Amino acid sequence: MKLEYFQMVDRITDLDLDGRRIQTSCQVPEQSPVFEGHFPGHPILPGVLMIETMAQTGGWLVLAAMRFARMPFLMQVEKAKMRAFVEPGRLLAGEATLEHEGSGYAVIKGAIRADGKKVAEAEIRYGVVPFPNDTLRGVMLESARRIGVPETLFDAQ
Amino acid sequence: MASTFDTVADIISDTCDIEREKITPDSHAINDLGIDSLDFLDVAFAIDKAFGIKMPLETWMQDVNEGKVSTDEYFVMKNLCANIDKLVAAKSA
Repeated sequence: MKLEYFQMVDRITDLDLDGRRIQTSCQVPEQSPVFEGHFPGHPILPGVLMIETMAQTGGWLVLAAMRFARMPFLMQVEKAKMRAFVEPGRLLAGEATLEHEGSGYAVIKGAIRADGKKVAEAEIRYGVVPFPNDTLRGVMLESARRIGVPETLFDAQ
Repeated sequence: MASTFDTVADIISDTCDIEREKITPDSHAINDLGIDSLDFLDVAFAIDKAFGIKMPLETWMQDVNEGKVSTDEYFVMKNLCANIDKLVAAKSA
């Protein structure tokens, strides 16, 4: 994870498009400017970044399901629960299932775990629209390669 | 079994916190009921789930934006319900 760059997912550990689910690995850094303010003397991963981690995990699933033809943008977070503190240095496992692919939107159920214990969960909805430009799509494909999305899924025309 | 209208009206009432009595077959979801795009996302998700369909919202909006039809065609309740019925019938065919 590079918190300052909103880069939350380090690696996709499992991507099952038939099963409409994904798992990711997300290493919380030992040090980050984020922890200087959140909180002094008690550094923990902000809840909004836990939500972002679930949103990005599910976002990669949506991107892969749509063969990178469209970009999911976060629109709505429902039933979010932050169940435990996440300290610097923890290894998180992200997971998401694609609940519904609508027309112009998608819905996932996401969670993150630390040592097998669920530390956060949410239902997340995205507006799914054509990429606004080639620059963003190029960056997303580059990121997809870095985290291990199979290139066979990069086939949007 | 509830009619399509009753099911959709209940969904809109619950999702958008609109009094059920205010929703009639002639209500326009946007102009009369004031449903915005974010609320309509909830409504669409609930309708898709309730009827096991995928409402082609993007196609509908494209039709509206290109001037092929007015928003009434898709967003007046009785028309919305008729379109849902067509999608359900097409799925069953």
